[in-house]
Amino acid sequence: LSTASETVGTAKLDELYEQMLRIRLLEDAVHRLFLNNEIEGTTHLYQGQEAVSVGVCDVLEPGDTVAATYRGHGAALALGVDQTRLLAELLGRETGTNGGRGGSMNVIDLERDLIGCFGIVGGSIAAATGAGLAAQLSRDGSVAVAFFGDGATNQAYFHECLNFAGVRRLPLLYVCENNLYGEWSSMFHVTAVGELLSRAPGYGMPGVEVDGNDVLAVREVAAEAAARARRGDGPTLIEAKTYRHKGHSRVDPGKYRPKEEVDEWLGRDPIPRLAARLDGGAVARIQERVERELEAALDAARSAPFPSPDRLASAFKEA
Amino acid sequence: MPEISFREAVRDALAEELERDGRVFVMGEDVEPGGVFNTTPGLVERFGKERVFDTPISELAFTSAAFGAAVKGMRPVVEIMFGDFLGLVIDTLVNQASKYWYLSNEQASVPLVVRSAVGGGARFGACHSQTPTGWFLGEPGLKLVAPSTPADAKGLLKSAIRDDNPVVVFEHKMLYGRKGEVPDGEASVVPLGRAAVRRQGSDVTVVAAMAMCEIALAAADELASEGIEAEVIDLRTLRPLDVDTIAASAEKTGRLVVVEEGPPTGGYASDVISFAVEEAGPIRARRVSMPDLPIPFAASLEDWARPSVGQVAGAARALAA
Repeated sequence: LSTASETVGTAKLDELYEQMLRIRLLEDAVHRLFLNNEIEGTTHLYQGQEAVSVGVCDVLEPGDTVAATYRGHGAALALGVDQTRLLAELLGRETGTNGGRGGSMNVIDLERDLIGCFGIVGGSIAAATGAGLAAQLSRDGSVAVAFFGDGATNQAYFHECLNFAGVRRLPLLYVCENNLYGEWSSMFHVTAVGELLSRAPGYGMPGVEVDGNDVLAVREVAAEAAARARRGDGPTLIEAKTYRHKGHSRVDPGKYRPKEEVDEWLGRDPIPRLAARLDGGAVARIQERVERELEAALDAARSAPFPSPDRLASAFKEA
Repeated sequence: MPEISFREAVRDALAEELERDGRVFVMGEDVEPGGVFNTTPGLVERFGKERVFDTPISELAFTSAAFGAAVKGMRPVVEIMFGDFLGLVIDTLVNQASKYWYLSNEQASVPLVVRSAVGGGARFGACHSQTPTGWFLGEPGLKLVAPSTPADAKGLLKSAIRDDNPVVVFEHKMLYGRKGEVPDGEASVVPLGRAAVRRQGSDVTVVAAMAMCEIALAAADELASEGIEAEVIDLRTLRPLDVDTIAASAEKTGRLVVVEEGPPTGGYASDVISFAVEEAGPIRARRVSMPDLPIPFAASLEDWARPSVGQVAGAARALAA
């Protein structure tokens, strides 16, 4: 596994910690809101994987493009999507990122370079590949990132798009968040190869494995892949080894996972790991601020109106 | 006005739009050498490999890439060699491209064109002869274009490329060699969503699209010799459907025949009749479509399966009786 070697300043460490904590506390709140039916439908929670999206998004520039999955609240916050608007979307409110039309699995915020969270496994790979093609054709110097899980590596989207990107040397970061389970199934039961990275050379790109619970290591690997993409040297497949603390979705308590495995991964929680490198006072200050901001965001999102069906809508953009 | 073939009309539309808008690019399997239906010859020589380029045989990948690129402001035109292969790209078309404008709360639309060769008559068998418009009719955010003449092949394709939304253009493979007068430049643009009345008549309305328009017009000639005057409507666009033109004609004649090169259920024929009944009131109607079977290979079977002049004339006679 790649590990962080560069020296990162205190201010950056504080910032990364704050971003990860914001995701963690928002997801905890979202979980409660789902369980008490304040948020309807289903949700896919990101606790445990925060270091992946925070580490990758930290090295991106404005104008880069990120596509995320239905487990995408973390990527959204890591890109700076306003948490009030994110919560409002999950609550189906008019002020949500998508005006309440998308919900948890379809958050889109183009101003924050989030081309979307995609409800179909592998859909993020499609959108990011296209953004990478646009970047190459328009020569705007940007890169695109696809976040996806281990489950998506068995989808046609993965195989076809990685070949397409490999043959065209598109400026892409394919970031597999390997949390070891595709929905309720162990990756090892449904994947013909135990090492996902072995697929990278088949598509003409380097594969890099990284400790997905170490935000600094993720950041370093992502920075190198982004630099490579911006140089015109093509895509990289990054496998970030991580773990989701919760089940797949609302109805899933995750009981198919051995307790020892869960405990082992909880011991590698990326947030306390980074906290150990921070000043104790800073940790407390950040905790207090993130909690306060989340409360305010929740109040604002809850008080927003529901969207009205009276608003004229078309599936088409009119000329 | 110059007379050119349907396939030349397609090529001219692509060339003119590539020239007009630097965001337009063309990709697909073998489009650089001109494609199996010879609709893109000369384009790569004129516009270069950044604007016109070959792809792997990987329809999902390049249509996905077109979706993402369109959100980012490009205007891709992809060629899916045979309409039958559209099954490979349905997810990116219907779960991504067609929903994006609405789901994103109108943050961005997806100006994407998919061109594809469809239709039977070439003895290509079950998986290279379909007209799979029905696969897409149930998806609200896709425009569906179905030209029948060289002029429309050019004019509708130009409109499709200029449209801000995802558009699938169905090009009937038996029409590529047909010749007709096609205007030059801006005069050639044909707006989406407007049907064309190809023949005036007062006794029965016959609605068709693509190659079925020729069948409908031939049936109308046969009927005229018997004193039955058919009005023939060419849909040209399947979504948005020109309900006003259909309903006005159906109301006038009171009789409606819809010809479709596809199975009897889940196609545009049923939709056209439904809208006509809702808008025009009580009318008598018939569908002429294909049997609920895969399209067979043998000439005797395929010719039997495809709608014929005799079937269309027979349906019209039955209504007029």
